[in-house]
Amino acid sequence: MAATIQIQVNGEARDCRADATVGDLLRELAIKTERVAVELNLEILDRKDFDGRSLHAGDRLEILSFIGGGAPTDAQVRERGFVHAE
Amino acid sequence: MQNDPLIIAGREFQSRLWVGTGKYKDFAETKKAIEASGADVVTVAVRRVNITDRSKENLLDYLDPKKYIILPNTAGCYNVEDALRYARLARAAGVSDLIKLEVLGDERTLFPDTAGLIEAARILVKEGFIVLPYTNDDPIVAQKLVDVGCPAVMPLAAPIGSGLGIRNPYNLKIIMEMIKVPIIVDAGVGTASDAAFAMELGADAVLMNTAIAGAKDPIAMAEAMKYGVYAGRLAYKAGRIPRKLYATASSPIEGML
Repeated sequence: MAATIQIQVNGEARDCRADATVGDLLRELAIKTERVAVELNLEILDRKDFDGRSLHAGDRLEILSFIGGGAPTDAQVRERGFVHAE
Repeated sequence: MQNDPLIIAGREFQSRLWVGTGKYKDFAETKKAIEASGADVVTVAVRRVNITDRSKENLLDYLDPKKYIILPNTAGCYNVEDALRYARLARAAGVSDLIKLEVLGDERTLFPDTAGLIEAARILVKEGFIVLPYTNDDPIVAQKLVDVGCPAVMPLAAPIGSGLGIRNPYNLKIIMEMIKVPIIVDAGVGTASDAAFAMELGADAVLMNTAIAGAKDPIAMAEAMKYGVYAGRLAYKAGRIPRKLYATASSPIEGML
């Protein structure tokens, strides 16, 4: 079994193979690469470089995509709830 | 008024109602409401992918990219650095250079930090983004956003999600007269007459989310907004009569007994 390293993915600690690339990790997580952005230690990666970038112990990886969101902010407005006019 | 496209930075938009995709019950409702609104531009936020539960569906599985122009935003960013980071991530995740730029100044009002907004807009325009900034109803700020290269400006009607309607029609009217790029009224409308009013003032489009998503029947409200925007646009182009204090008879006096 290959050696493992610990990295951070979206803020959470995670083990991965010592020889894994960003592309390997995305496949392991079953994340389709279209419409995602990947930031490795604050550097935004080009999609074509996912398979060429190897991961190292302590790397901080952020994987982002599009969610519902509007004519502005979501959480704060949602927390207040909606008040329907009678 | 069959062919009345809105053109921004050389891109043609068929609908003058743009909608957000937040706060709906589920993706099916989101999709139905967007279809009922007739909008061809939909705004989305950029957030972390849920890596622990991969069974969760993605909003974009419900929105045909051939049918809709996806407009990512920088919602939730309270400083220039965060807004730049999210804009760049949105471009990396997406297929276009469009960004709805938000730099917020205060959590309670969600009013924009206009100094930060202008700075972020200047940087992103230089990086090749098509920057559509969410701004205050301040004509001077609107002009500065145009000066740094924004091809459209999106002033608020009222605070985000407030449903207060057009709070300052006179400022919006000044913006529409002063600013030579398309004006999209963004945020604060509550119902269809608010959308119609914005268009009657001369807005080129209206962007909204909560007014539809928060309605008791979002799909019916989406349709109402479609007609509100359409009626307001028609009335603006038709040219309204001037307001007069006293009556002007519509029927002739001749022929009376």
